[in-house]
Amino acid sequence: MNLAASYEQWKSLMVLGEEIGFFKEFYVKFYQAFLENNRWLQYLEGVGTTLLTTALALCIGILLGVMVAMVRTAHDQQRPGNHNPLLGLVNIICKVYVTIIRGTPMMVQLLIMGLVIFKSSRNFTAVGALTLGINSGAYVAEIIRGGLMSLDPGQAEAGRSLGLGYIDTMRFIVVPQAFKAILPALGNEFIILLKDTSLITVIGGKELLHAAQGIYGRTWEAMFPLVGTACIYLVLVLIFSWFQSKLERRLRQSDRR
Amino acid sequence: MIDVKHLCKSFDDHSVLKDISEHIHPGEKVVIIGPSGSGKSTFLRCLNLLENPTEGVITFNGVELTNPKTDINAIRREMGMVFQHFNLFPNMTIRKNITLAPVRTGLMTQAEADKTALELLRRVGLEDKADAYPNQVSGGQKQRIAIVRALAMKPKVLLFDEPTSALDPEMVGEVLEVMKELANEGMTMVVVTHEMGFAREVATRVLFMDEGRIVEQGTPEEIFGNPQCERLKSFLAKVL
Repeated sequence: MNLAASYEQWKSLMVLGEEIGFFKEFYVKFYQAFLENNRWLQYLEGVGTTLLTTALALCIGILLGVMVAMVRTAHDQQRPGNHNPLLGLVNIICKVYVTIIRGTPMMVQLLIMGLVIFKSSRNFTAVGALTLGINSGAYVAEIIRGGLMSLDPGQAEAGRSLGLGYIDTMRFIVVPQAFKAILPALGNEFIILLKDTSLITVIGGKELLHAAQGIYGRTWEAMFPLVGTACIYLVLVLIFSWFQSKLERRLRQSDRR
Repeated sequence: MIDVKHLCKSFDDHSVLKDISEHIHPGEKVVIIGPSGSGKSTFLRCLNLLENPTEGVITFNGVELTNPKTDINAIRREMGMVFQHFNLFPNMTIRKNITLAPVRTGLMTQAEADKTALELLRRVGLEDKADAYPNQVSGGQKQRIAIVRALAMKPKVLLFDEPTSALDPEMVGEVLEVMKELANEGMTMVVVTHEMGFAREVATRVLFMDEGRIVEQGTPEEIFGNPQCERLKSFLAKVL
């Protein structure tokens, strides 16, 4: 039987208030949410935007996070009596940034960025990605800083005692070991970021949840679009976690062998 | 070689070193003994500025370490250090552990460094471990590799910070053996240790530290055979 034809037939029965049974009703709602008018294309487009936003925010977040973490650690590890005033100033800026971002809700940040700072911009998705990136940067910075700090100070001391400079010690000794330690926390942060992209709908970002909202706004049936959206997010996160555990296993192998 | 003048070190308001002046001559094997908390390790770590002195001047071959303008990395290349907990880099092979610093500081090419590493490893009987990772060898082997790593920089002086304290008793001997060999070859050494046998056998001078001061010093015969101050007598009575 033709899919569209049976949808039309059962739907008209439903509109008349007739009992058509659980499976037929399920079919109608499913068809309406995903297949009618090729709506699955809208979800697909939404997923594309979601992934693009995540990738963009990820890049901004890592860039900001690494820079802030580097400044904060370098500042804390200066030789006493050898303080660099410029580094001190940048360190204060970094501290303020982390404090403000971690101290205010993501949603409020999004609204401020979208409705106040970039009031005249029509590119909501880009503004959303930028905000998410700035937000994520603060958390990534703290994760990286924590990883660098958690490493036995004896490792850096051994490097320095051999005459290696600060940069070389970081590059060959501290960072490779810290990276392994922070990978789980970092992966967690990326998953949060991926899911938080759904928040950019509040400023009009056109990602997956936005697509779902558009559809149930037209069909007056919210369950299928929303549960479908949840499922898509879940699958994305599962793929993400799979890659992450794969990477972790690879890194662990190198030190046991 | 290393000259220390009026060295003071305090952590916050806790004073650890109180006005230490000392000179270490080339070829000397100075062993520092004393109860824990007496400042032995802090003193040693001040010598290559792993701890920053609160006051005082430290000079190494005429260069003032404590001057903030001194290139401390250049000085540290000539001062090897061996740590209580070995501090090998677990993310690299043993060969890489040894060759990283000589290559990165421009002292040797990778080929030269590899050759030096193998020669030194052979000396301590571990050439077959070159491609293993630090976590795959025993504590005693780790410490011998750590000594080799310091030696690869061809240092003028070696600082040992309780090199056998974290080892199983049966592994202490193999590390001390390597250190004795180095001493016999004329290496200048400053050793913080609880191994009184080693101090007696190898030291040219023994310093006894207590409460942040060098309370008594002399040849091993003087220190162990004829201790003067009460504090040293009671310390020796406990450890010997």
